[in-house]
Amino acid sequence: MRQTEICIIGGGPAGLTAALKAAALGAEVTLVDRNDYLGGQLIKQTHRFFGSKEQRASERGISIAKELADAVESNKKINVLKKATALGYYKDGVLLVEQDEKIIKIKPKKLIVATGGAEKTLLFPNNDLPGIYGAGAVQTLVNVFGVKPGNKVLMVGAGNIGVIVSYQLLQAGVEVAAIIEAAPQIGSYWVHASKVVRAGVPIYTRHTIKRAWGDTEVEGATIVELDDNWQPIEGSEKDLDVDVICLSVGLSPLTELLWQAGCQMKYVPELGGHVPLRNENLETTVPGIYTAGDAAGIEEASAAMMEGALAGINAAHSLGYDAPDLNKQKEKILMELTGLRSGPVGEKIRRGLAKVTC
Amino acid sequence: MLAQTGVPTPEDLAEVMPSEDRLARGPVAMAECFQNIPCDPCYHSCKRQAIKPFNDINERPQIDHEKCNGCGLCLTRCPGLAIFVIDQTYSENKALVKIPYEFLPLPVEGDIVDAVNRAGETVGEAKVVKVQSGDKMDGTNVIWLEVPKNLSMEVRHFRQKGVR
Repeated sequence: MRQTEICIIGGGPAGLTAALKAAALGAEVTLVDRNDYLGGQLIKQTHRFFGSKEQRASERGISIAKELADAVESNKKINVLKKATALGYYKDGVLLVEQDEKIIKIKPKKLIVATGGAEKTLLFPNNDLPGIYGAGAVQTLVNVFGVKPGNKVLMVGAGNIGVIVSYQLLQAGVEVAAIIEAAPQIGSYWVHASKVVRAGVPIYTRHTIKRAWGDTEVEGATIVELDDNWQPIEGSEKDLDVDVICLSVGLSPLTELLWQAGCQMKYVPELGGHVPLRNENLETTVPGIYTAGDAAGIEEASAAMMEGALAGINAAHSLGYDAPDLNKQKEKILMELTGLRSGPVGEKIRRGLAKVTC
Repeated sequence: MLAQTGVPTPEDLAEVMPSEDRLARGPVAMAECFQNIPCDPCYHSCKRQAIKPFNDINERPQIDHEKCNGCGLCLTRCPGLAIFVIDQTYSENKALVKIPYEFLPLPVEGDIVDAVNRAGETVGEAKVVKVQSGDKMDGTNVIWLEVPKNLSMEVRHFRQKGVR
């Protein structure tokens, strides 16, 4: 049995900042990630980030990932377990982790669950044909492995991820036939949309996919226009000659470990699904278990980094670690987080958080 | 409508366009940022305080076109690639449009390219007069396009001939 002061599950933006903040206060940290690299989804984000200058706006996610991962790996207070999958958390406070086909038992004093999110999918005939991907998978192929998923893509969903991945496909030399969006408005930041539209990709709002066709792989798709009640308008079908259909229809929090730990959960559509109730310290209803990032509610990487920082500080503080400016540090992060969420595009998040913050 | 198509309307553009008088006096930046999103690097990038201070990070940039000298620093820092520099004094019948560009291959100075508008349509031809790139640009290159003067408020992208 390994003992550790703080165990963090997930080495994405939330987990990495949590580890750095907790270690900076003096806590001894074990960071568990199932991939063989740190950074989570950040490593695929080749675009410049929005946000405030203090929160690395204008830097690319891929650069932030490298910076945070290097800082974590060179920190003596942080023990990193890569290619290590957290399998379960049990009543006696033991976390089971699989690494190299061996089971490791870890008994942490505090646990931070920063497991991120998983992509949602969409029901339509033939949605199991090869050539139909989640946007995250396409981003991994193109930006991590340098593999083109195909030659001509239909993107389903005009949120930030759908539009950004479309742009990255163009950068990789892949044609994007269209981006369709069931809602009456583009969900992404409009500047992202303008970028792909001027590069020649049309965006069709009030449209959905009716079916994919093809024998052994995707050979095309039929899209259809939706009316005010989101019902298909007969006769508005259009066939698109594509060999890839990319689904970008939202994410849901990865919360299995929180369920297993007995944290009180609540279904909050604004946050992407079931999320744990938490207090302002990001501690769940099970004392000593904290959460941060997309696992706590689907948002974006800047917010995840700030939540991770808060969870790291709070977990370390609860173990007795302190700093003269601890409260100031927390206040500054909280203020920036509030600012980030304060505009019209943060309205949904604010509504969701109001339902789960006790 | 921008929220439906991703293409700003003439009314949207009129709101952020430098005055004709200002355009007649040399290069100036135009921020085509029409949504209140949490983002402020443009403000921090300006050395001349030509972008009004943000009270709230969700405010839209407001460029004081009188203070702006069209240096283009903000253009290279905008994560939305939404800032352009326009110089209508470039020559008698040509204007210069500076465009942020993140595709490879980069064009070469002297290339004649298809000039593309905000909707992705080819509206004419442009000549590449300068390519600003290199490590400092961190992947966001700036391409200087010489375009017919009447297209300086239309052209916001380009396509290289023979390159998809």
